[in-house]
Amino acid sequence: MKEALLDKAAVVNGLAEHPAVKALTTASDEWKPEWFVDAKYDRNELTVTVEASRIRAAARTVQAAGYNFFEDMTAVDWFPSEPRFQLSYHILSHQYKEHIRLRAFVAEADARIDSIVPVWPSANFYELEVFDLFGIQFNDHPNMVRIMMPEEFEGHPLRKDYPVEGYR
Amino acid sequence: MTTRHILEAPIAEGAHDQHMIVNMGPQHPATHGVLRVVVELDGEIIVRLYPDLGYLHTGIEKTCEAKFYHQVVPLTDRVNYLDPLSNNLCYSLAVEKLLGLEIPAKGQYLRVILAELSRLNSHLIWLGTHAMDIVALTIFLYTFREREDILRLFEAVAGQRMMTSYIRIGGVSMEPPIDFFERVDQFITRLPESIQEYENLLTGNPIFRNRLKGVGYLSAANAVALGVTGPPLRASGVDFAVRRDIPYSGYEKFQFKVPTSNDCDCWARYEVRLIEMYESIKIIRQALDGMPEGASYTADAPKIVLPEREKMKTQMEALIHHFKIVTEGFAVPAGEVYQDIEAGHGQTGYYVVSDGTAKPYRVHMRYPSFATLQALNTMCAGRMIADAVAVIGSIDIVLGEIDR
Repeated sequence: MKEALLDKAAVVNGLAEHPAVKALTTASDEWKPEWFVDAKYDRNELTVTVEASRIRAAARTVQAAGYNFFEDMTAVDWFPSEPRFQLSYHILSHQYKEHIRLRAFVAEADARIDSIVPVWPSANFYELEVFDLFGIQFNDHPNMVRIMMPEEFEGHPLRKDYPVEGYR
Repeated sequence: MTTRHILEAPIAEGAHDQHMIVNMGPQHPATHGVLRVVVELDGEIIVRLYPDLGYLHTGIEKTCEAKFYHQVVPLTDRVNYLDPLSNNLCYSLAVEKLLGLEIPAKGQYLRVILAELSRLNSHLIWLGTHAMDIVALTIFLYTFREREDILRLFEAVAGQRMMTSYIRIGGVSMEPPIDFFERVDQFITRLPESIQEYENLLTGNPIFRNRLKGVGYLSAANAVALGVTGPPLRASGVDFAVRRDIPYSGYEKFQFKVPTSNDCDCWARYEVRLIEMYESIKIIRQALDGMPEGASYTADAPKIVLPEREKMKTQMEALIHHFKIVTEGFAVPAGEVYQDIEAGHGQTGYYVVSDGTAKPYRVHMRYPSFATLQALNTMCAGRMIADAVAVIGSIDIVLGEIDR
């Protein structure tokens, strides 16, 4: 296991040749390096935090850098701290044979983020699931409806303030 | 009865006079569980199709957050109940990555043997039910005959036929019985002949061929865009398998081929899975022959791995560790990991977030069927309704892992 690099400066120096780091630190028509907020390389996994409002541009940038396969996305609820929701996108590269994790944080007061369905259509069900279970809205999603719970269900079960058992 | 959302305005504009909505499921046998497929039909041709999920949603990810790390293992069995050991393996690997735990080579080999048996189990059920959906009823009885042998092996090793929970964090739950490897050997010696028998029954069968050839076309670009993984991805010509390309649990030590096909149809998926079964046998054979020497199958981590029964009764430290693990679990260093493996249906991944306590802060399960279902419309649109049955069978879904 390689040594952990725990902040942005260490990752940008230590992994300068990494295709995703390279793409995200280079300005392009769509991407500005200042949207790259934070990074860490821990347990052989690269995590890049980007500005929530630029998630679609980040997705396009890593896609162009060879990370072609959207594998998974989900949210983590850090209640009661703010920003409350962390969105984690796991992107796989068939070419480089490795994953990267894109992260974005959204606050509870304005729990919404751009949908990445225009970049990867496979994100469709995953975004519906996060919407259903965490109550995070996705801008420009083609059909924002509950996928797991019934339509008239109240609340979002995977939020930390939703009890595991008993009545609400 | 609750109203479901997906029916909203499903009929294309201007087609209200000609098109009809038909529900397949949730109790339709061809949907392999409680999947509801809403189909918009023009005569017998599928115009559009929507999978409607959630009938089996149990909130298993929420339950995980209230359990100790080691208590989550039995929950993972129940997600994909046809491939239980792969789930155990994936979760255990993820937590071991968080803990920085190394498993002895002997334990890794045992895990590989079990994961491959589990894949064979999954493929056998797929073959039986898929062929039964189409025409060939007999084959179901044949594949379940071999599956029974696998379940007996699972029972021998774990004491359980389906919900094994055998692969644990830090190793396996107990040593396999003395004659276990011999029995596996006998089984895999017998199995190629049985697979040959299935091929004799199906490959030349003109009805089976015509129902699958050219049906459910999914191009490589669409497969990647729609998140398809596993055998359907390789049947669309994308040469990627986690076992070979991002090896885990010692898979880099084994020689095996990854079958691909450029036909992109249901027949290609059938062929790819059959070859995969032969390759699994090869891997098990190599693991049996090359089983490394070593004292133990489990990692040397007394605060994480439960002690052996005998030690617990005779040694005070072992008893204390046992008591501590059972009553208060073990703390896992804070961090997040994503571990994925190649399970029978495709890429399974576990995303585990730890906040440094003895319970996982968040466990997210990425299961292949959930993503593959998004490609259903692409594969079925423009085809006859009977083809939808063949396509649903060919992508090999388990509703437990879709709804979780």
